[in-house]
Amino acid sequence: MNLKTSSKLEKILKQGHIAVTSECGPPRGSDPEVITKKGNLIKDHVDCVNITDNQTSMTRMCSLAACVHLKQMGIEPVLQMVTRDRNRIALQSDILGAASFDIHNILCLTGDHQSFGDCPEGQNVHDLDSMQLIQTVRYMRDEGKFLGGDDISRPPDMFVGAAANPFADPFEIRVPRLAKKVACGVEFIQTQCIYNLDKFEEWMRRLRERGLHEKVYIMAGMTPMKSAGMAKFMKNRVPGMDVPDEVVKRLAGVEKKKQAQEGIDICVEAIQRLKEVEGVAGFHVMAIEWEEKVPEIVERSGLYPRPAI
Amino acid sequence: MIVGEQKPIKEIMESVAPYKRVLILGCGTCVKTCFAGGEDEVEVLASALRLAFKTKKQRSIEIEELTIERQCENEFIQEAAAGIGRNDVVLSLACGAGVQAMAERFPAAPVLPGVNTTFIGIQDRPGIFSERCSGCGDCGLARFGGICPVTRCSKKLLNGPCGGSQNGKCEVDPSIDCAWHLIIERLTELGQLDNLKTYIPPKNWQTSTSGGPRKLVREDQII
Repeated sequence: MNLKTSSKLEKILKQGHIAVTSECGPPRGSDPEVITKKGNLIKDHVDCVNITDNQTSMTRMCSLAACVHLKQMGIEPVLQMVTRDRNRIALQSDILGAASFDIHNILCLTGDHQSFGDCPEGQNVHDLDSMQLIQTVRYMRDEGKFLGGDDISRPPDMFVGAAANPFADPFEIRVPRLAKKVACGVEFIQTQCIYNLDKFEEWMRRLRERGLHEKVYIMAGMTPMKSAGMAKFMKNRVPGMDVPDEVVKRLAGVEKKKQAQEGIDICVEAIQRLKEVEGVAGFHVMAIEWEEKVPEIVERSGLYPRPAI
Repeated sequence: MIVGEQKPIKEIMESVAPYKRVLILGCGTCVKTCFAGGEDEVEVLASALRLAFKTKKQRSIEIEELTIERQCENEFIQEAAAGIGRNDVVLSLACGAGVQAMAERFPAAPVLPGVNTTFIGIQDRPGIFSERCSGCGDCGLARFGGICPVTRCSKKLLNGPCGGSQNGKCEVDPSIDCAWHLIIERLTELGQLDNLKTYIPPKNWQTSTSGGPRKLVREDQII
């Protein structure tokens, strides 16, 4: 097995297992227990846990510190890093900081625009874009150099990921854009939450046509709906989200107190269907502020126990 | 052109309040075209200020009106010298460059801005202006079908659209066209969609404002 990093996620994917990751949002405060509690709820059911980086542009505990808390519990973190808030000095510096704690996975993102968050008056940095961040991490790791050309002592040892949204417009550009990320050196992809399974399968078909499934591990993003209200919100208010009417109708069709269970069922059924899709290498289960449901989803989807590495 | 918008009358009144004699100085080029600081706007603002101070029953204020061709060029600035001499303060309706040029040329006269300089842009249709250029100092429009992602993409993305655009609109506001949607459409029309395959490395922002205040030296024009 040709391993490029010490990442557990890389090992699991390269051994041919269906990988399972989840994510935790850090708190809007400095209490580490928020993170460790979430970590404890899911640690036996997933291989790695992403920590989001000021998601929806709301100021929170930094991703790196939260990753360190998980790491100290023996959970392998995936450091999410957005280009919205840091210039290339800060990005490289944080990558080295993460590497100093032996954080072995990074997800390179652009980030939601700051106008959605609590500091809409703030500067948006975007010194680099996500594509350039992918290249930066690969360059730091593989060449052992800073962007400025100087040598790095003990370069980062990180498996490099990025996001892909099969549902954003224009659809035609989505697979070519993924191809560009692959050319930049991305090694795994975690997708936007999938509700429109037909469209996702079409995206996968186009991706396979180009042979991209053999060059990058695609992890399908799954988020269970808690209620019909959440489904409507995601459909109408969340940028880049594709929630078909059937999903909203199915949730609205059961009584309110049973909608959460229906949401879990929809999620499990989707995973079972997508497991069969050629090129789907894993699942990224994002149970937003609902981490306690991750074990049930993973078990019912036939993804438990997790391989021991 | 440089697009600007006149400051709210309340803010202008507060800034001129300490002075007795005010020269409202218009600029006849960019800000005239965008209805912020040309001759007509000087006249309207002067009337509004006279009326406002009168109804407030504050001490009287004398207002003189003048519009010169360009406040950013020495050749035209001189025309304002006599008017500046007769007044306590200059309320300039030029862009930020014009205000600063006046302040440099007449160091003894306080110069107040009456306009917020907003962007380099165009008039899409009467009364609607939109931004086109950030003056980054390293124009890449050739690659992008003549549509600037540095200025028109809310995230300044150089390697393709983010995941937030839908129906050709930006995630920030549905009234904003997704620049990448426009770029893709235009490159498709031009048969140049392959341009997007090229990885564009991190941009050199030194030629933009990140390198500190910029200066352009044209040896061939120096006398």
